[in-house]
Amino acid sequence: MRPHRRISRALPVAPALVLLLLFLAGPIAYCVYIAFTDLQLTGQAHSSFVGFANFRRALRDDAFLNAVWLTLVFTVLSSLVGQNTLGLALAALMKRASKPVRTLTGGVVITAWVLPEVVAGFLLYAFFRREGTLNAILHWLHLPRQNWLFTLPILAVSFANVWRGTAFSMLVYSAALDEIPSEITEAAEVDGAGGWRRLWHITLPMIRRSIGTNLMLNTLQTLSVFGLIWVMTRGGPGDKSQTLPLFMYEQAFQNSMIGYGTAVALLLLLVGSLFSVVYLRLLRTEV
Amino acid sequence: MPVRPTAALTTLLTAALAATALTACGNGSGSSPNTLKVSYKQSTDNSIKVMDTYLAGIKKQFEKKYPGKKVEFVPIKAPDSEYYTKLQQMLRSPRTAPDLVYEDTFLINSDITSGYLKPLDPYLAKWPDWQRFIGTAKNSAKGADGKTYGVPDGTDTRGLWFDRRVFAKAGLPADWQPRTWDDVLAAARTIKKRVPGVTPLNVYTGKPAGERATMQGFEMLLYGTGDGTSDPLYDSGGKKWIAGSQGFEDSLKFVETVYKEKLGPDVSDALDPNFATTVNGELLPQGKLGIDLDGSWLPQAWLPGSGHEWKDWSKRLGLAYMPTQHGQAPGKVSMSGGWTWAVPAKAAHPDLAFDFVRTLQTKDNARAWYVADSGISVREDVAEDPAYATAQPGIKFFTDLVASTHYRPAYPAYPKVSTAVQEAMEGVTTGDQSAEKAASGYDATLKDVTDGQVIRK
Repeated sequence: MRPHRRISRALPVAPALVLLLLFLAGPIAYCVYIAFTDLQLTGQAHSSFVGFANFRRALRDDAFLNAVWLTLVFTVLSSLVGQNTLGLALAALMKRASKPVRTLTGGVVITAWVLPEVVAGFLLYAFFRREGTLNAILHWLHLPRQNWLFTLPILAVSFANVWRGTAFSMLVYSAALDEIPSEITEAAEVDGAGGWRRLWHITLPMIRRSIGTNLMLNTLQTLSVFGLIWVMTRGGPGDKSQTLPLFMYEQAFQNSMIGYGTAVALLLLLVGSLFSVVYLRLLRTEV
Repeated sequence: MPVRPTAALTTLLTAALAATALTACGNGSGSSPNTLKVSYKQSTDNSIKVMDTYLAGIKKQFEKKYPGKKVEFVPIKAPDSEYYTKLQQMLRSPRTAPDLVYEDTFLINSDITSGYLKPLDPYLAKWPDWQRFIGTAKNSAKGADGKTYGVPDGTDTRGLWFDRRVFAKAGLPADWQPRTWDDVLAAARTIKKRVPGVTPLNVYTGKPAGERATMQGFEMLLYGTGDGTSDPLYDSGGKKWIAGSQGFEDSLKFVETVYKEKLGPDVSDALDPNFATTVNGELLPQGKLGIDLDGSWLPQAWLPGSGHEWKDWSKRLGLAYMPTQHGQAPGKVSMSGGWTWAVPAKAAHPDLAFDFVRTLQTKDNARAWYVADSGISVREDVAEDPAYATAQPGIKFFTDLVASTHYRPAYPAYPKVSTAVQEAMEGVTTGDQSAEKAASGYDATLKDVTDGQVIRK
C-alpha cells in the first residue's frame, strides 16, 4: 500500500482515536499519576509526588490485606463457584425443560439480573435481615434463626451476588449448549455414555471457550461489585465484608485520601488482570 | 477489506461526539457580572422541598433589593458524603466555583486548609447582625488562622429522649433528669428488669452507624468527662490530638457496660447500617425503646407526609439533658454541628455573595428558616422570639443547650479520627475487646492517621 493511501485510510479513524485517547487513556493516565501522589480531596493546600509510598502503605495496611482476602473469597464463592456452576446447571436443565417452565425460570433469573444493583441490594437486605424472609422460612421449618448479615456477612453478600448475576452465565451457557451438534451427543448416547460421562467428555470440552469467556467477564464484574455490598452491610460489621471496592471508597471519599484510594484501585486492577491472564491461558489451550 | 462504510460512520459519530463534548465544556464559563451563583444541598427525597422553597423566597427579596442583579441556583442533589465530594471538586476551579456555597461545619476546616474558601472578616466587621450570633457558633466556622470563613444558619443539639409509658411501667419518674452516668445506667437496668420486651437504652455505636456513632454516641460521653471546659479530643493550644486519656477509656467502658449487660439493642441490630431508621420509624413510635441518646432533629421524621406520621409524640416522649460523668459542672453535655454559608476563594462575585448572606440572615428570614427546617437557632435575638420558641415542642429544650454545647474539632484529620473512634466502640460493643485494649488500639490508629500529631494526657 502506498504511504499516502495509508494515511488517507487512517484519517477517518483519527477523530475516534483522539477521543479515545482524550476520554479513556487520559483519565487512566491521570489516575496512575495520582496514585503516586499524596493528593487529598480536602484538607491540604498542595499535593506532592510521593513515589511508591501509597503502595508500600497498602501492603503494610492490615485493613487492605483483609480487603484483598475478602475480595478473593467473594469472587471465588460468588463468581467461580456460584454464578458459573449454577448458570451452567440452569442452562442444561432448561434445555430439557418444557417451554412454560423454561420461560418462567428464564424470566425470574433475568429479572434478578436487570434489577439495578441498589434495588437488588435492598431486596436481599430484606431477605437476610433479622426480621427478614429467610429467618421467617427457617422459623417455619423449626430451624434456629440468626442475623445472617451479622454472623456470616461475606457469605450473605456472596449469595446475593449469585442471585443477581447467575442470569448472565445462564445466557452464555444456553447459547453455548445450543451450538453443540446434536449428532455428537446422540452418537455418544448410542455408544452407551451416561449423563456424567457425556458432560465430562463431550459437553465441557466443547464449550470450553464459553467457560473461559464467561469466567473472565464474571470475575471482572464481581471484583468491582460495590452497591450491592454497600447497601447490605456497608462492609461491616467491622470490616468483615469490606472488599477492595469498599475499602477504596472509604479511603478516597470518607478519609479524603484520593492518592491512596487510587493506588488501591490500581492494585485492584492488578488482581483483575491476574485472573484474566489465568483465564486467557485456559482459552488458549485448545482441544 | 470493506473499510469504507464503517469509516464513514465512525467519522460521523466522532464528529457528533466531539461537537457534544465541546458544547458541554463551553457551558460553565462566561458568567455575567450581574449573576450570583448559589450552590446548596438539595434533598435526595423529592417530596422534601424545604430549602428550595425557602431560597426561592430569598431570591425574590434579593432581586428586588438589588435591581439588575440575578440569582442563579446550582443545587447539588446528593446524600451528605457525596455532597462534600462534589462541592470540593467544584471549588477547585474558578470555572466551576459558585459565588456562595453551603458548607457543613464537619468539613469546613478541611476546605479552609485546602484554600477553597475566602475569609469573611472584612464583611463581618461591617455587619451589625454578626453580634447577635452566639460565640460557640461563630467559632464553628473559624480556621486555624483565626479568621472566620462562614456564617452559620443554625445548629443541632443532643440529649436523652425517653418514653413516658415505659417509664411509668418501670416505676421511674415522668420528669426524669439523671445527674450522672450511673443514673442513666440505673434507669436502664430498672427498665430491663421491669419492662420486658423493651430495649432499655440506645447508644449508637460502631462503623456502620458512622459519624452518628461518634457524635451522638461517643462524644456525648467523652465531652462529659474531665472538667467540662477543655476539649478532650484535641488540644487546640498545641494543635495535637489527645491520646491515652482516662475520659476516653471511661467513655468506652460506658458503651461496654451498655452492650455487655444487654441494656442496649441487640448487637447485631446496633451494627445494622440502617438501625437509625428503625429507631425513628419503629422503636420509638411503637414504645419499644426506653431511652434514646439522640439529636434534636428526630421530630422531622414524624411530620405529616414523612411516612411515620406521629402527631402526639410530645405527649409520649420526654426530654432530659445528657449528664456529665459524675455530675460535675456544667452538669450537662451536648454536641453541635450545623451548616454555614461560605464564599469560595475562587468565587467571581464575593461582595454580591455576602449581600445575599445578609438577606438570608435578616432576623425575620432567619426565624422563618429555623421554623421551616426545625433547626436550632444560633442567634440570640431569634432564640428569644416567641414565634420561634413555640414553633415546635422540644425546641426550647434544645435551644437552651446551645449555651453549653461543644463543636467537634473538625480539622482535616477529623474524619479519620472519627472512624478510629467507631472502630474502638465496635470492639467493646461486640465484646471482642476490653475497653483498655480498644483504647490503646485507638491511640495507635490515632498516631497513624494524624501523622504523629499526638499528645498523651
